[in-house]
Amino acid sequence: MSSDDGSSKKVSRKPRYSRFTQQELPACKPILTPALVIGILMCLGIISIPIGLLALSASKNVVEVVDRYDDVCIPSTDQKVGFIKDPATNKTCIRTFTIPKKMRKPVYVYYQLDNFYQNHRRYVKSRSDRQLWNPKAESSTTVCDPEGQTGDGKPIVPCGLIAWSLFNDTYMLSKNDAALQINKKDIAWRSDRTHKFSSNIYPKNFQNGTLIGGGKLDESIPLSQQEDLMVWMRTSALPTFRKLYGKIETDLEANEKITVTIQNNYNTYSFNGKKKLVISTATWIGGKNDFIGKMYMAVGGTSIVLGVIFSLLYVFKPRPLGDPSYLSWNKSPTLD
Amino acid sequence: MSVDFVRSPSSSSYSIKEVSFREGNDVIVNPVIRYDSSGSNPVRHGSRGASSGGFGSSYKEIKDDDARLVYVNDPLRTNEKRFRFAGNSIRTSKYSFLTFLPRNLFEQFHRIAYIYFLVIAILNQLPQLAVFGRGASILPLALVLFVTAVKDAYEDFRRHRSDRIENNRVASVLVNGEFGDKKWKDICVGEVVKISGNQTLPCDMVLLSTSDATGVSYVQTTNLDGESNLKTRYAKQETQAKASLWGEIGGMLIKCEKPNRNIYGFQANMEIDGKSISLGPSNIILRGCELKNTDWVIGVVVYAGKETKAMLNNAGAPSKRSRLEKHMNKEIIILSLFLVALCTVVSISHGVWLRQHRKELYLMQFYRKYDYSEPEVEKYEYYGWGMEIFFVFLMSVIVFQVMIPISLYISVELVRIGQAYFMIRDDRMFDKSTNSRFQCRALNINEDLGQIKYVFSDKTGTLTENKMEFQCASIGGVDYDNGKAIDTETGYSAQVDGMVLRPKMMVKIDQDLLHLSKMKHTDEGKHLCDFLVALAACNTIVPLTVETSDPAVKLIEYQGESPDEQALVYAAASYGFMLVERSSGHIVIDIQGERQRFNVLGLHEFDSDRKRMSVIIGCPDQTVKVFVKGADTTMFQVIDKSLNLNMVKATESHLHAYSSKGLRTLVIGMREMSTSEFEQWQSSYDSASTALMGRANLLRKVASNVENNLRLLGASGIEDKLQQGVPEAIESLRTAGIKVWVLTGDKQETAISIGYSSKLLTSQMTQIVINNKSDSCRKSLDDALQLYKKLSDVSNSNDSGNGAGTNQLALIIDGTSLVYILETELEEKLFELSSKCTAVLCCRVAPLQKAGIVALIKNRTDDMTLAIGDGANDVSMIQKADVGIGISGQEGRQAVMASDFSMGQFRFLVPLLLIHGHWNYQRISYMILYNFYRNVVLVFVLFWYALFTGFTLTTAITDWSSVLYTVIYTSLPTIVVGVLDKDLGRSTLLKYPQLYGAGQRGESYNGNLFWFTILDTLWQSIAVFFIPLIAYWDSTVGISALGDLWILAVVILVNVHLAMDVIRWYTITHIAVWGSILATFICVMVIDALPFLPGYWAFFMIAKTKLFWVCLLGIVVSGLVPRFVVKVFVQHFKPDDIQIARVAEKFGYLQGDAETEMNPIFDLPQRTATT
Repeated sequence: MSSDDGSSKKVSRKPRYSRFTQQELPACKPILTPALVIGILMCLGIISIPIGLLALSASKNVVEVVDRYDDVCIPSTDQKVGFIKDPATNKTCIRTFTIPKKMRKPVYVYYQLDNFYQNHRRYVKSRSDRQLWNPKAESSTTVCDPEGQTGDGKPIVPCGLIAWSLFNDTYMLSKNDAALQINKKDIAWRSDRTHKFSSNIYPKNFQNGTLIGGGKLDESIPLSQQEDLMVWMRTSALPTFRKLYGKIETDLEANEKITVTIQNNYNTYSFNGKKKLVISTATWIGGKNDFIGKMYMAVGGTSIVLGVIFSLLYVFKPRPLGDPSYLSWNKSPTLD
Repeated sequence: MSVDFVRSPSSSSYSIKEVSFREGNDVIVNPVIRYDSSGSNPVRHGSRGASSGGFGSSYKEIKDDDARLVYVNDPLRTNEKRFRFAGNSIRTSKYSFLTFLPRNLFEQFHRIAYIYFLVIAILNQLPQLAVFGRGASILPLALVLFVTAVKDAYEDFRRHRSDRIENNRVASVLVNGEFGDKKWKDICVGEVVKISGNQTLPCDMVLLSTSDATGVSYVQTTNLDGESNLKTRYAKQETQAKASLWGEIGGMLIKCEKPNRNIYGFQANMEIDGKSISLGPSNIILRGCELKNTDWVIGVVVYAGKETKAMLNNAGAPSKRSRLEKHMNKEIIILSLFLVALCTVVSISHGVWLRQHRKELYLMQFYRKYDYSEPEVEKYEYYGWGMEIFFVFLMSVIVFQVMIPISLYISVELVRIGQAYFMIRDDRMFDKSTNSRFQCRALNINEDLGQIKYVFSDKTGTLTENKMEFQCASIGGVDYDNGKAIDTETGYSAQVDGMVLRPKMMVKIDQDLLHLSKMKHTDEGKHLCDFLVALAACNTIVPLTVETSDPAVKLIEYQGESPDEQALVYAAASYGFMLVERSSGHIVIDIQGERQRFNVLGLHEFDSDRKRMSVIIGCPDQTVKVFVKGADTTMFQVIDKSLNLNMVKATESHLHAYSSKGLRTLVIGMREMSTSEFEQWQSSYDSASTALMGRANLLRKVASNVENNLRLLGASGIEDKLQQGVPEAIESLRTAGIKVWVLTGDKQETAISIGYSSKLLTSQMTQIVINNKSDSCRKSLDDALQLYKKLSDVSNSNDSGNGAGTNQLALIIDGTSLVYILETELEEKLFELSSKCTAVLCCRVAPLQKAGIVALIKNRTDDMTLAIGDGANDVSMIQKADVGIGISGQEGRQAVMASDFSMGQFRFLVPLLLIHGHWNYQRISYMILYNFYRNVVLVFVLFWYALFTGFTLTTAITDWSSVLYTVIYTSLPTIVVGVLDKDLGRSTLLKYPQLYGAGQRGESYNGNLFWFTILDTLWQSIAVFFIPLIAYWDSTVGISALGDLWILAVVILVNVHLAMDVIRWYTITHIAVWGSILATFICVMVIDALPFLPGYWAFFMIAKTKLFWVCLLGIVVSGLVPRFVVKVFVQHFKPDDIQIARVAEKFGYLQGDAETEMNPIFDLPQRTATT
């Protein structure tokens, strides 16, 4: 309207041009061309299969001896719980087994619990990490209920269900009647020893209650050296789990007979939990587990098969890429 | 008079107000649209004084109960006891210092999302349910609330400031017989206020007197409705006469209606000296307007402060919900059912587990049913298994809360803001001529633009420019249409007081006509002279002089509410009949250098029944003449054909020729009045215009009595030029499968001719015309349907593939038939027929019928509708349609204010729909599906784990990680992709408008895709959860370490999943996607480096093992291979159009067309299907 309106100082509101505002930024536009698809599938196959093979062989090289003892190390009475809870009974139990293959050092000794929900909500919550590290926070035990205080109100150190239920079976190994040393040092994480469990805090009022959950702790040893506790306090992810008991620093030869003297103290009978002793070597894949290897083999194999199928399809039923005549409105309906 | 008053020197505070007005769509909601008749007719006249025109009955007794009594100049009495009128102080701010926190929180919690957050957070605070740490559970909500609160506080602070400025402005108020300054906030109802020229009005006032002796004043209502032309307002003669007596005036009582938001309506009576006179909208001036062209006015305050019409219109815009969002909400309900199902499974299983172990619970080391630490042994946090189940249910709701993608609402809002930014900034949608950018007024329906199936367009001002240009005239039976554009400098100018006056715009001059106009002595010359006087006089145009750079030259600008009248007056001026002055009693016309004064003795305004207007002019030669102009249909009824039958015939044929050229036609007639006749008219006019009852009808009658036996002077043809690029735009839209309907008030011939020139109609189309009243409509419809069947049969048998193009149907229907059809059961048939037509043209439709047509489609189909228009008459349809677009053009801003989007030109519809709409739709759809997937995959991982924890909802993933998952770990990439990713380039989308069909068919977001996504999600969650689970079975792995593996796996998986679907990789996309993965690693490391958390150092321990990395890789590969394979398979063997076009774009089959973006018109193949 105002063309020669003497005062047409109107600033143009035209948006300033930039490649960003006009959505014209340079971009890479990958397209899944047949070659690329076949390439990707083949690559996946070529990468996966070796990994699978490596994992399988690693798993195969692991030598593992598993011995379930909870059912045999107890008199076959109906009073299993009564037996195990009675401090006076003799719970020693002797088991023997043969090493199937040579086991190179270090050989790890684990205990395995089944059906023990270390990941149960009530259980996981019941710990006080502050108390373990800060001497002043000794009485911060409210998070530890119902195992925070003794009956007369004294704080329990370490408090909580987790510590209270510390696993306390012990194993003595011997090979051909000679004792086999189990090294229980450095079985816990270094980070736990140096930054989580204080060297100034000693167990106190621990396992004094009416109900005994598990092992006792030597009150003269600071927490930072209670490695069994540390291992136990690293709660497991699953209801079936292993925990490191110790390491054997010698090789075990094939067919060697190993005798284990077990103190069967720990009560898993009240909830039908199984206890197993595991002696195993380790590789990069951990313990004996074929799954990763098989999975990679399957993935790799599938990829290659699919790659081949696609290649064949491309050869026998080719379609020109991005031909505008294939657009739906360019196709005559009769061809559909 | 100064140059200023075209522009608005509105105060700064009002510019803020203007922003609020834009939100105030309700201006339009009012039942009476003042332009209801004029907008849809070929002639647009301003209606002055609502006592005639649109309002059927002018006088309605206002009941005392409903009335507000205002005692003029007696504020005390006015405001006493039972009436509590608002003061003039206004408050646009929402909060005070004290109320800020509660009110702001209250408003924020209106959003369902926040309530959900809050309920979850509160649940989590209960000790039995404390799943997450306190901090972790509250943080996200607190963060969002805080940011919003800060934003609101800042905005409110600005409002406070502008309120303060506004309230402290000063006006001149009559106190004790003298005008003295008073602050705005102290003005109250009943006071008499004096306003000088160019001042802003402080409140709504009834005019009492003005500086003009006849009581005329002019106001500009830019602040109110955005229209920049001047509007005339009157003081009543009765009060005007008392102007000098203000000191002792009193005893006048105004009875007016209660405050309402209708800015175009006002009803009141005034009792003065025992007489009762009625007041209408033309007697009131509203807050926010500016007084122009008038030295001063005096008025009495009737509404003040928050009761003014301006403030009442200050309400928020009604929000529309996009279709995608409605869909999304449906799917969110499905997800909540999932959520309930998962929670039920967990809680029931927990109950079963408790039941099975009920005898063991008290001895299990990990359960410990009893607390022995107290002297009395109690159950420890065990409330019986009914309660336990209930608690577990609530806890699982807390743990699985991300199942409801609340963050999606926030991300979608962000993405829409990003999209709005791009639409506003698109320089292809910038209109140079009006200097206006694209505007997003509604932020939440961006993606609807990608699914439009019907476009309803206004014609005038939307398809055309609404810049009326006088093209040709038929005068005395002779057609003059050889106009040549001439230079402004050489055009006509008049000398006044040594000044040169020149009309601001020149029309094309026909030399014959110009020559003839100078020969006044001939009969033809006299005839022409009358014609031109009629053009110059028979209108409501106000001439304004505008200074130019040359002090000796002034321009005359014609202000008026009707562009047609402007065009006619400019035309008259170009032939030397220049209207130079108007007051209410007379006009001055400079006739070829000679200033002549014409007394305006009476004016019968335009109304939609008569479709004509007339003025009664006392000419300088002491004769009295009636000049009438109007639509041909009604004009020929009142023209005395016996006078010159040949001329009438010739004129009729010229008119026909004009309208088939698409010109808007007006017929002009006149006659002289004898003195006796004049006196008779005057007395009846006076009594009619002061009548209390049925004034409009009386006036109409008076008018009809004068408007008869007219001598035909001639007819004018005015061109309303098509906007640039309209035919191309319509072509593109149609190719895109969008049906374009044009709804216009024009005559059928004009409409059809515009239809052809805009390519809405093509010669290949079979036209079905329905323009008959009542019963024959049914027959027409039936016939039309028969015809359609026949045609489709023929085409089916003839050529099955290519038929569509050759027998497209076009339906042309007029307003009266439409009214009839819409009111009867024929509606169904009309719908059936119209949905089969390629083009529909509705002529002679009234505004409310426009909305009816939109509703016809909207109520019967799921198809998305879009209405586009520019004038007040389009408001109803703009609001009715799913998407309303306002053209910010010549006709004010009402349409814009009612619209969801506004832009400068019709042709911008093409980039808006085909490009932005397409992108918006693709982006938001993908984003919604992706967000569902992203959240559900995490929930499933959590759920699977719950099955291995005795159904107790321990989370291996730390609570911080699960909270940060939607906030940090995965939020940015989806937003970046949602804002930036493009499936196809601009030029491709313009080259193949058909690609728009993907949105119409809802290809990117539908039920199938949703379920497919959920299926994929299920698989991926299985891969994420079970691969580590089996790999770490029988191992020493700790809960935190495995949790870290899971969260990292999920984050990597969902980001790689996104990466697989990204179509364009910008640098920022790379940063967002890979950066998020990196950020997750960093966060996990930080969380695991905090010694007071149980999971201390877990990540570093597990990351040392190779198995961890092998697991991660295995999860990502096996999780995504199925998706990849399906995608490749579909892309290669059943590619959709978008896919083909994308590949074609990439490999350059489409190159060479890149530059055609601006003018997308192509030779389309004949067989193009448009159904």
